[in-house]
Amino acid sequence: MKLRHGAFSYLPELTDDEIAAQVRYALLNDWPLSIEYTDDPHPRNIYWEMWGLPLFDLDEPDGVMAEINACRATFPRHYIRVLAYDARLGRQTTALHFLVQRPAEEPGFLLTRSEGHDRQQTYAVHSYATATAVGRNGSERR
Amino acid sequence: MADETANRWDPGVHSYASMGYYAPDYQPKDTDVLAVFRVTPQDGVDPIEAGAAVAGESSTATWTVVWTDRLTANSHYQAKCYRVDEVPGRPGEYFTYVAYDIDLFEEGSIANLTSSIIGNVFGFKPLKALRLEDLRIPVAYVKTFQGPPHGIVMEREYLNKYGRPLLGATVKPKLGLSARNYGRVVYEACRGGLDFTKDDENINSQPFMRWRDRFLFGMEGVNKAMADTGEIKGHYLNVTAATVEEMYERAELAKDLGSVVVMIDLTIGFTAMQSMSHWARKNGVLLHLHRAGHSTYTRQKTHGVSFRVLAKWCRLIGIDHLHAGTVVGKLEGDPATTRGYYDTLRDDHIPMNMAHGIFFDQDWASMPGVMPVASGGIHAGQMHQLVDLFGDDVVLQFGGGTIGHPLGIAAGAESNRVALEAMIKARNEGKDLLKEGPDLLRKAAERCHPLEVALATWGDVTFDYTSTDAPDAVPTVSL
Repeated sequence: MKLRHGAFSYLPELTDDEIAAQVRYALLNDWPLSIEYTDDPHPRNIYWEMWGLPLFDLDEPDGVMAEINACRATFPRHYIRVLAYDARLGRQTTALHFLVQRPAEEPGFLLTRSEGHDRQQTYAVHSYATATAVGRNGSERR
Repeated sequence: MADETANRWDPGVHSYASMGYYAPDYQPKDTDVLAVFRVTPQDGVDPIEAGAAVAGESSTATWTVVWTDRLTANSHYQAKCYRVDEVPGRPGEYFTYVAYDIDLFEEGSIANLTSSIIGNVFGFKPLKALRLEDLRIPVAYVKTFQGPPHGIVMEREYLNKYGRPLLGATVKPKLGLSARNYGRVVYEACRGGLDFTKDDENINSQPFMRWRDRFLFGMEGVNKAMADTGEIKGHYLNVTAATVEEMYERAELAKDLGSVVVMIDLTIGFTAMQSMSHWARKNGVLLHLHRAGHSTYTRQKTHGVSFRVLAKWCRLIGIDHLHAGTVVGKLEGDPATTRGYYDTLRDDHIPMNMAHGIFFDQDWASMPGVMPVASGGIHAGQMHQLVDLFGDDVVLQFGGGTIGHPLGIAAGAESNRVALEAMIKARNEGKDLLKEGPDLLRKAAERCHPLEVALATWGDVTFDYTSTDAPDAVPTVSL
């Protein structure tokens, strides 16, 4: 399967120049960027692992691109996303996020149903990646 | 009318103006509810007296003097008409400003507020027509309402979707599909790339499809699409029913099935809407409102209630989504007026802007914003205009533009999602969407056959009619 996640997951994979252009847009809006990775892209897995702290006080995309590349080198078989954060009053939430790496093989998800009363089903989505106790790629941490 | 020199309390009929309902020197207080009406007096009726009558009939007055007024601090409870302006270019119409003390209204009750301000007064014989154009809700009164159950920010955090408009589609045909066929549309549209599908306003529980069956089959479609894509999906399950108790029952099943959202129609009434808003906050379910019926009183500019006022009531009542117009689609919508609605729903402070139909500054004191929904006759070929008009915090709903796609519903959904993402990416890169949009869409279509087909099918469909509700120019003449 192809994971759909973030603002650009129906477009061809972004090139590094295209990623840098989106990072520049975020910086122009005063949105600091951060990088996160995971081997479990379950739609309700909110907390991917943080690649260090958010990158505050940058003016140019270079520093972000360097961190993206370092994260890719460390976790070549993980999903990696970039997030831009808007700290303004009334927002104080993520303003934009998008994938910058996906694994060569994407295991996808299993939908399970358990029969309830009156034809009700209880649904659950399971990540095939977590079929093993420590996750498909191991519980890698930096 | 009685002799103007008569004592204010003499029995009989006095002019409303002479009884204190016209007060040109009145300085509105920060805690007052302020209204501006468009008043069209009957021939021969003085506009100031008409304005005073509107203030009187929407507050304490009746047609004759009553001595029991003297048992109250009467002037405190009187609404005061404090300004009357001719409407530029519209002879016989007057923008009439009225101030109401906050004590006139029950805390947290839209039913009470509207019973005063749009109560009897709209049938008052000396007026040919009356329209409530705008309402300034003071912060002190805002703070007595719950507001949106979740709001724009929390909705995005629930759905884990940031940096782009959300996409939806209303299942079509509106009427007649069996539950099994209905759920098929939900599944195809969601797996193809939409975030939401939606019941239509008049899908409740009819002989061809009862509500419970629709909920079960719809949620099967939603959950399958989540597993196919890895994204959170939702279907607005319309719980509109004949009684609030029945709505609670339907909403409870929607929640038990794991639906992230339920839906109500404006036709259920303000009190029922507030009840459902409290249910939605308590149960962690988003609340979508379809504004069914609003055009009966919002569309004509001489009589009724402006949609911008209804939008304010809806934000106070507390809903998470409200249909607010598309400008480019099939339904009424002047661009500047529609912009005023979007600002009213989304922003925390909305400054007076007569060009957008906003007569007063409005502060929401951090009450969360309502996600506007653009729905009705829009298609992928307009994506550059839609992104330019509305920005990120909007649900763009393509019903016909998804389900009518020649290659199928999932292809229709994909074409809309690809067009959207291409426009967001280009905008962020600094491109001028209005100028380059059509070229950028064609370029995106080179790598997405469904989008190519969508553009070939609908690329030049427009709905270009004169709007009935454009703002009238800035009033300059003061009477």
